[in-house]
Amino acid sequence: MENRTDKNSYTIIFAIIMVIVVGVILAGLFGWTKPMITKNEEIEKQQNILYAMGVNENEGNSANFVSTEKAPELFSQYIKKQLVIQDGKVSEDDQAYLIDVKKEQANAKAGIARRLPLFIGEKDGKTFYIAPIRGKGLWDAIWAYVAMDESMVVQGAYFDHKGETPGLGANIKQRFFMDDFIGEHLMSNGSFKGINVAKGNADPKNENKTDNEVDAIAGATITGDGVSAMIRSDLKLYVSYFENLKNN
Amino acid sequence: MGLLSKKDGKLILDPLADNNPITIQVLGICSALAITAELEASIVMSISVLFVLGIGNVVISLMRNIIPSKIRIIVQLIVVATLVIIVDLVLKAFAYELSKTLSVFVGLIITNCIIMGRFEAFALGNGPWRSFLDGIGNALGYAVILIIVGFFRELLGSGTLLGIPVLGDPIEKTGLYSIGYENNGFMLLSPMALIVVGIIIWVQRSRNKALVED
Repeated sequence: MENRTDKNSYTIIFAIIMVIVVGVILAGLFGWTKPMITKNEEIEKQQNILYAMGVNENEGNSANFVSTEKAPELFSQYIKKQLVIQDGKVSEDDQAYLIDVKKEQANAKAGIARRLPLFIGEKDGKTFYIAPIRGKGLWDAIWAYVAMDESMVVQGAYFDHKGETPGLGANIKQRFFMDDFIGEHLMSNGSFKGINVAKGNADPKNENKTDNEVDAIAGATITGDGVSAMIRSDLKLYVSYFENLKNN
Repeated sequence: MGLLSKKDGKLILDPLADNNPITIQVLGICSALAITAELEASIVMSISVLFVLGIGNVVISLMRNIIPSKIRIIVQLIVVATLVIIVDLVLKAFAYELSKTLSVFVGLIITNCIIMGRFEAFALGNGPWRSFLDGIGNALGYAVILIIVGFFRELLGSGTLLGIPVLGDPIEKTGLYSIGYENNGFMLLSPMALIVVGIIIWVQRSRNKALVED
């Protein structure tokens, strides 16, 4: 006995209707939620930048941003300048925080000069230079905002990821990992060295801040290597800006 | 169980032990290995699967008489992927913080074989109410194992539970660490999850001989 649902024509029609129905539902939902999602993502960038320069609501061991309602106001209060560095030329752009680092990295590969955003923040009389960086973890993208002083000593960092393994690589956004970067030097004897996420580190308490190393997370080797690599490749691009800063 | 008939109650209770999706049906092993290094991740994953499996089972069950058998696996995949994307978009728009925590689990849920396994084995042949109970039961059975594995891996691997240190400070050498105890870093790696699941299977089958296959 042949079932109605076994016919080829039925199968094809079913597939077509199903695809259309699902497509319409998802497209409609996407269109409806898009403006809200974009807004959330913009505020998140402001929260990330503020977090890196120490404007946050950290409690105990957990990392907390300033609230979404307060973020835009605090952002304009603490961030004094937003710069874009392209081809060594520095210009101001108050939308620099919206620059898509991923797109700029693709542009650089295609031969178009990369626009490097840099945010200058001031808090308690101290000046912070905050740069966004981006790289690859184990499964997907990882990125960070690193706040430095004028001699490229890290003052704060916020790491995030798209899909690292929960409990392992995903821990790069935990405070025990991020706080380890504070005080670490990116330069070594006048040249850029970066910060290595090192295994078998002889300095687990991280008392030596000039060894260009922080302690890795067990079970997250590839994510850790990704962190080292993106610091090396992306923050290096800012070295000439800091050198000019010193010379002037 | 006053609320449910005896037969319906079995749908919830059976997967908790004698027909557990992980230890007996051997479904959902991949995610059980991947995300049990911390108790918190185990709990979040369990809740997500509970939600998707409960609703997904009902949707598939409602569609069971119109799904062409030749493409039923694809239809199941589309249903679960659509559900997960809808939840993800709504969370991103209205609960952005929560969506950031959950986004890493989305891919793991779509590919979770428990979900496809229950659609195929149960929802395609049963009504919506029973399918719903079956989904909840299996998700709970999955949760039990995930939480047990997560508990031991986090405790022995990091010396913490839900991120709170319970055995002392390994760097300052306080608590247990002062008498020479060390965290077992191996517990954080996936192979140890497999070994912990193996021990659970061993204990379970030695207590209930009916489960032992020839």
